Amino acid sequence: MTEQGVRWTAEQVLALAPDAASRKAGSKLGTAGPWSGTGSGEGTVWGLCKGSGSRPYQTVVDLAGPAYKCSCPSRKFPCKHALGLLLLWADGGGSVPVSAEPPDWAGQWLEGRRERGESKPGRDEGSSAAGPADPQAARRRAERRAERVTAGATELEQRLADLLRGGLASAEQAGYGVWDETAARMVDAQAPGLAARVRELGTIPASGAGWPGRLLEECALLHLLDRGWLRRDRLPEALAATVRSRLGLPAAADGPPVRDRWLVLAQYDTVDAKLTTRRVWLHGVSSGATRLLLSYGAAGRAPELSLPVGLALDAELSGHPGAGRHRAGLGERFGPPAPAAFRPPGMPTARATARYGEALRDDPWLDAVPVTLERVIPVPDGETWQLADADADSALPLTRAARSRPGLWRLVALSGGAPVTVFGECGHRGFTPLTAWAAAADEAVPLC
Amino acid sequence: MNATSTTRTGATRAESWDDLVTAALLGTDRRPRADAAPGREAPLALLDAAAVATVRRRAGLRPARAARRPEPAPEDPRPALPAAAAHRLATLLADRSAGAGGGRRGSAPDLTELLPQWLAAAVAHGYAAPAQLLPSLLDAARGRTDLRPAALAFAGPRALWLARLNADWRFALRAAPGGGAALPGPEDAEAVHRLWQEGLFAERVALLGALRTRAPVRARELLASTWPQERAEDRLMFLDAMRAGLSVEDEPFLERALGDRSRNVRATAAELLSALAGSALAARMAVRAAVCVALDRTQRTPAIVVEPPLECDSSMERDGVVATPPAGRGERSWWLGQLVEATPLGTWSERLGGRTARQIVALPVTDGWQDELHAAWCRAAMRQRDAEWSRALLGAPSAPEAGGPGAVSLAERAKLLAALDPAQRAAWVAGFIATHGLSEAFQLLGVCAVPWAAPLGRSVVDALNIARDAGSYPWSFSGVMGLAERCLDPAETARLEALLAIPDEREDAAPGAGGYWAEAFQRLVTTLRLRAAMADELAPPASTRAPAPVEASAQPPDAAG
Repeated sequence: MTEQGVRWTAEQVLALAPDAASRKAGSKLGTAGPWSGTGSGEGTVWGLCKGSGSRPYQTVVDLAGPAYKCSCPSRKFPCKHALGLLLLWADGGGSVPVSAEPPDWAGQWLEGRRERGESKPGRDEGSSAAGPADPQAARRRAERRAERVTAGATELEQRLADLLRGGLASAEQAGYGVWDETAARMVDAQAPGLAARVRELGTIPASGAGWPGRLLEECALLHLLDRGWLRRDRLPEALAATVRSRLGLPAAADGPPVRDRWLVLAQYDTVDAKLTTRRVWLHGVSSGATRLLLSYGAAGRAPELSLPVGLALDAELSGHPGAGRHRAGLGERFGPPAPAAFRPPGMPTARATARYGEALRDDPWLDAVPVTLERVIPVPDGETWQLADADADSALPLTRAARSRPGLWRLVALSGGAPVTVFGECGHRGFTPLTAWAAAADEAVPLC
Repeated sequence: MNATSTTRTGATRAESWDDLVTAALLGTDRRPRADAAPGREAPLALLDAAAVATVRRRAGLRPARAARRPEPAPEDPRPALPAAAAHRLATLLADRSAGAGGGRRGSAPDLTELLPQWLAAAVAHGYAAPAQLLPSLLDAARGRTDLRPAALAFAGPRALWLARLNADWRFALRAAPGGGAALPGPEDAEAVHRLWQEGLFAERVALLGALRTRAPVRARELLASTWPQERAEDRLMFLDAMRAGLSVEDEPFLERALGDRSRNVRATAAELLSALAGSALAARMAVRAAVCVALDRTQRTPAIVVEPPLECDSSMERDGVVATPPAGRGERSWWLGQLVEATPLGTWSERLGGRTARQIVALPVTDGWQDELHAAWCRAAMRQRDAEWSRALLGAPSAPEAGGPGAVSLAERAKLLAALDPAQRAAWVAGFIATHGLSEAFQLLGVCAVPWAAPLGRSVVDALNIARDAGSYPWSFSGVMGLAERCLDPAETARLEALLAIPDEREDAAPGAGGYWAEAFQRLVTTLRLRAAMADELAPPASTRAPAPVEASAQPPDAAG
């Protein structure tokens, strides 16, 4: 592969930006003007960027990762200099020449990373523990936690029973405060999964027409989860693992590592007051498996893991425990992500809903499964949109969230009324498109 | 949320989902469940049943019926953008959507300002826009009306198809550029006829505009065929489309429009006729104007004497003269202005002793009528696109009155410049800047062809250099600096490098100004390099891929490691 062949596109670089301001600042630095001493080679890019001070900033990027280092004081990650440097490199205009040897200041950092093995991290949270120092103490801790969770689940069952006894109609008047307090009790019980579901419950009475049905659904699933925990000793091991992970108990990605070329299908963030959660969907080119990487950033900070859509990563992934779940941890990487002219094979809409139904067998709490739809056409349907099969009279409605995103129009424009391939999440709320491919082109177009 | 649009199966035989919801709403205290298992609390039994029903309902989800599909977008036969250019466009549009951002501009280029130029070049090359960027393009065009013509021309037929699906983009249907691929060609008589008969107003305007540029006579015949039935405001818009390709053959039609019920239609018809030097209306106006403007031979040096009309009669009104002046203007000078404006400029030479335009403009005018008369000649020169009169009225760029208040304002000079050929225009503005500096030059620079001709570019850079040496801050010249970033020929980059160094600070200079100037010139150079790269990326594949020499040497001297 030539050096030119592994360059990323400007969109892929801009997708790494933690926010719109960084994107703007980074794209301004993506011209040769302020740069000097630039070079690239062996999966790294470096350069000096003239800033307002007398000494230029030293910026270096390890594309395997990607990981960044810059001598600027910015707390953004990656900073605008790293983005600008990558844009300049992606530009391919000869401003970042291929060079055998990085300068000392860049070489030292890269060397350090390689020695620490950071360019092949298994640094997924939860998996970092290389085995507890005192297995005895660890077991006692786990037992204590299980007791607290049991107490929480029991209390929650009681609250659900009270709610159903008095009727959901009273929940509408009770307001959000009751749920908030219950959620706090579940945090105390060290069951973050329960806390999150309870918080969700609190928002349903205000969610518009049909809320009683939705509230009953979620109450019933929460009840199912409580029961699953309280009777976990009677569940098959895989289902018990699913229950534990739904409750939010930590588990290491301890599945057997699978090495593959993993195509980055989609990457998107969800943000709440305390945490940014980044989801990266990967598709194994040889294995055909679809896997989810999660990474987190504290409020206002982008998660560190960032993989541009349309690139493929030669790496090992290990599955998390739990049946029917797609979550995996990133293991060793064997090179920087590189462009891949490949799209996942797809299916018609009827197969997608069947796939969701089958997945519920292993994980009844699953909201959606990742699927690639083949030969579908975005079609307006009153106030909403659907993805209709080109070759059959069936269609999947888009989720409410998907309808209000600008990506919807990118999808409609890409299709122009003709069939496209669409990757997304398919579930009981509808379909959320995340990435699309036009009929004639292999270029992945991110929609999120 | 999708319960209505997705078919659900598997409702239990004994108890439907609706029954469960009703029971849950009321509460088990009020509605005890008959079939609750013994020993199980009623609310928990209800939750058990609801959990089974929920998972069953979800597992049984099936696709909905497909709604009616939109017609597929028409084919865009234009070649695809080269990959590098497509990435550049994505960057330019991303910069736009990231918001304007306040504060000092620093030394980095303002990408938003390069978008119009990029679009114009892409249109000139005849590329098709990448489909996934159409929404961003339409949003950009929505926010900036000046971008619309180029953005929509580049966006092509698929953008109009999209605009029909999204109310935010309706403007694109109204502003559909002439010759859009969605419009039938002039040779397709039947399609033209049908669209003219049945189309929306915006489509009809677009059709007429497109037809007018390619087959003006056909366009006029089409308009005439339905003229009496059109609404007055539509007639006005249609008539406006006749400006393109105006010729003497249009005169009979326009003469009839002089008798139109709508005053605005009459005025527009008169304006179009007066732009036709050989028209009967122009001749009638010439007769009227000639009565008012004469050579006074009683003086020792010849002068022009003006005797404005005493009344505005009905025949004048029929020829488009507006009888009532705007507030603050005298009736007679108002009428005079309109007569002179509508008179073919060619008649004045004979009327004023065989003089050339330049000689006529140089004649003194008695009783303070000069401003009125020259202003009317300016409007006539613009309307008739008369280069000789434009040059005469502009005068010498170095004349003292060119820079200050005179008979011809800077705005009018800018419009007169538009009648000159690009080289003459650039030369005049270069001369103006050399004499009068930059402070008044902004409007004039705006009408010059891009990239600026070498002499013009040099005079601007020299003037900026002089302004820097004078010690003021660069933001006094930010307008011209911004124009230079967009309009200066990238070939000038080398000449600018001497200006990048921070000069020694002089005692009388504004504090720190030298640094800011260096930064402004740095931005100018960076922008020019970027424009060169953009042009290179847009070049068709056959003639390209010698690495851009400008980019290859893009190391600013002060940043070399």
